[in-house]
Amino acid sequence: MMRIEIVKRPQHSALFSALSPFIALFLTLIAGAILFSILGKNPISALYSYFVEPLTEVWSIHELLVKAAPLILIAVGLSVCFLSNNWNIGAEGQLIAGGIAGSILPVMFPDLQGWYVLPIMLLLGMAGGMAYATIPAFLKVRFNTNEILTSLMLVYVAQLFLDWLVRGHWRNPQGYNFPETVQFNPSAILPEIWMASGRAHWGFILALVAAVLVWFMLSRTLNGYEIKVLGRSSRAGRFAGFSAGRLTFFAFLISGALAGLAGIAEVSGAVGQLRTSISPGYGFTAIIVAFLGRLNPLGIIAAGLVLALSYLGGEAAQISLGISEKSARIFQGIILFFVLASDTLIYYRIRIVSRAGDAVAKGA
Amino acid sequence: MTMFEAILLTIATAATPLLIAALGELVVERSGVLNLGVEGMMVMGAVAGFAVAQTTGSAWLGMVAAILAGAAFSLLFGFLTLTLVTNQVATGLALTLLGLGASAMIGESFVGLPGVKMASLYIPGFSDSPYVGKFLFGQDPIFYISILLTIGVVWFLFKTRAGLTLRAVGDNHTSAHSLGVPVVRIRYLAVLFGGACAGLAGGQLSLVYVPQWVENMTAGRGWIALALVVFASWRPWRILAGAYLFGAVSIGQLHAQALGIGIPSQFMSSLPYLATIVVLVLISRNKRLTLMNTPTSLGKPFVPDR
Repeated sequence: MMRIEIVKRPQHSALFSALSPFIALFLTLIAGAILFSILGKNPISALYSYFVEPLTEVWSIHELLVKAAPLILIAVGLSVCFLSNNWNIGAEGQLIAGGIAGSILPVMFPDLQGWYVLPIMLLLGMAGGMAYATIPAFLKVRFNTNEILTSLMLVYVAQLFLDWLVRGHWRNPQGYNFPETVQFNPSAILPEIWMASGRAHWGFILALVAAVLVWFMLSRTLNGYEIKVLGRSSRAGRFAGFSAGRLTFFAFLISGALAGLAGIAEVSGAVGQLRTSISPGYGFTAIIVAFLGRLNPLGIIAAGLVLALSYLGGEAAQISLGISEKSARIFQGIILFFVLASDTLIYYRIRIVSRAGDAVAKGA
Repeated sequence: MTMFEAILLTIATAATPLLIAALGELVVERSGVLNLGVEGMMVMGAVAGFAVAQTTGSAWLGMVAAILAGAAFSLLFGFLTLTLVTNQVATGLALTLLGLGASAMIGESFVGLPGVKMASLYIPGFSDSPYVGKFLFGQDPIFYISILLTIGVVWFLFKTRAGLTLRAVGDNHTSAHSLGVPVVRIRYLAVLFGGACAGLAGGQLSLVYVPQWVENMTAGRGWIALALVVFASWRPWRILAGAYLFGAVSIGQLHAQALGIGIPSQFMSSLPYLATIVVLVLISRNKRLTLMNTPTSLGKPFVPDR
């Protein structure tokens, strides 16, 4: 009989701090290989078509950027929330709110054209996401209400509201009764980065800019320092004169704005109209991206690309191997488990001891 | 059967999964652990229950599979948060995300297949008595189990030594540990119990409530169960009341939709979620009361010193 024991390190390990995302990815690949073997597929070729094949063609690298854009945008915002101990898990709802608010112009004034349309749409999208994120922030600060539950409940409400809008007042009158709005006119479409070769749009550039800006804010400004101090210990933060309530609003507003921007960028760049469902759960997958990126906006860029690859890999595996594309969601869930487990190594040593009590093996 | 009886019965069927899942989570949280993976364990229970019942033809075997699936899934959470001391909030979220994904894949080949519905009780004479006959003597077995479970949890938590120990662990794991109480072992058992309950609740959904498999069929019920625990200030009897209140809201909106009262169905469907928010605000605005009732060690990591 063996037992796992953990012992706190005197100091957190910088080595494992850098290594843990890679350990997690490596373990995920092994778990994936086992999963594919159970499904009766050759694990090597399955992993190849999952994680390599999508990178071998130009158009599919474009698709990778299309999927990475919302993931990075949202996860960067979530990193501010999670670092400051604000558990916003309703980014999916804020994304929908941003998609709806940003679509006001192209849906209600479809004839409006000009350079100013797109910037106003993006701003409205951010405002929509922000406004929706204000609700759980306000309830947390004013009434001490658990933000995890309220922000999550609002996701369902946003999905139902979008459904109502697209089937009702906003439905395209010439759309043969399909639950879709009108196609946006060209000046309401977020342009492609490099039109000749694929679909990737400026949403990805916006994501990179957002990541760098938030990274700068977190690592180089007093505001960022405040976030980290209050996140680690609200008592210490209060002694330093930082206000937890103000920070809660700040974190929710930033993450709401970025989720809203992701929403309108997705609607305007990737879809071109509003439909009853505008996201395959980007708001939830972004939680995984944030943790895999170790809550560091620059790490989140890489993590966003990895998770975007898992979406494409799912599609590729379905086509070439006949494995359900839903396997991608299993991969995504497993990654988060391994990330959290590997993070233990940063703060603790792991020892395996036998019942008798003497150490059999010592992990690093 | 009168309209009144029919509504009463459907409310009970809608309230039962919430009640069972919330009771399980209550025990988990009373031991000081916050498992946000209820939705994930529930949906795993639903898919496992449906799949086993569909292949074997036995609803009871399905229900056992649902319980085992929920419990097995909760062990994953237990290993990470209790042995590896990971962040409980993040790990619970991971459990929910993995559960929703895994159940979608497992259930893919069962979509659209006819399910097996667990038969309701029928006692001649009793079940036919007016007004409450069907409610008291003509429901599905899981309803009775949920009521027994409520009584059992009350008895366990407040009338047994083991229950006292569990609450002590939840209120102060450091002192419990120094008194020689096996904190981690007790928490593992609590987490397992919570998982079994969530699995059973999921099985009720796919074998009693709507005998079929639909992706994401839990539709946030796991989260509502978590909210119920807060709403009930960690007291089992209040969970019973809260679950029936939510059952009434969700059935009420369905009946209102059927009557066609002119409010768009999407707004009616969002009522249970909005009601959850309102209720949480009403309960938590009294900060002192909330602090008094919350298990003090809830969500805090525990590493035994040696």
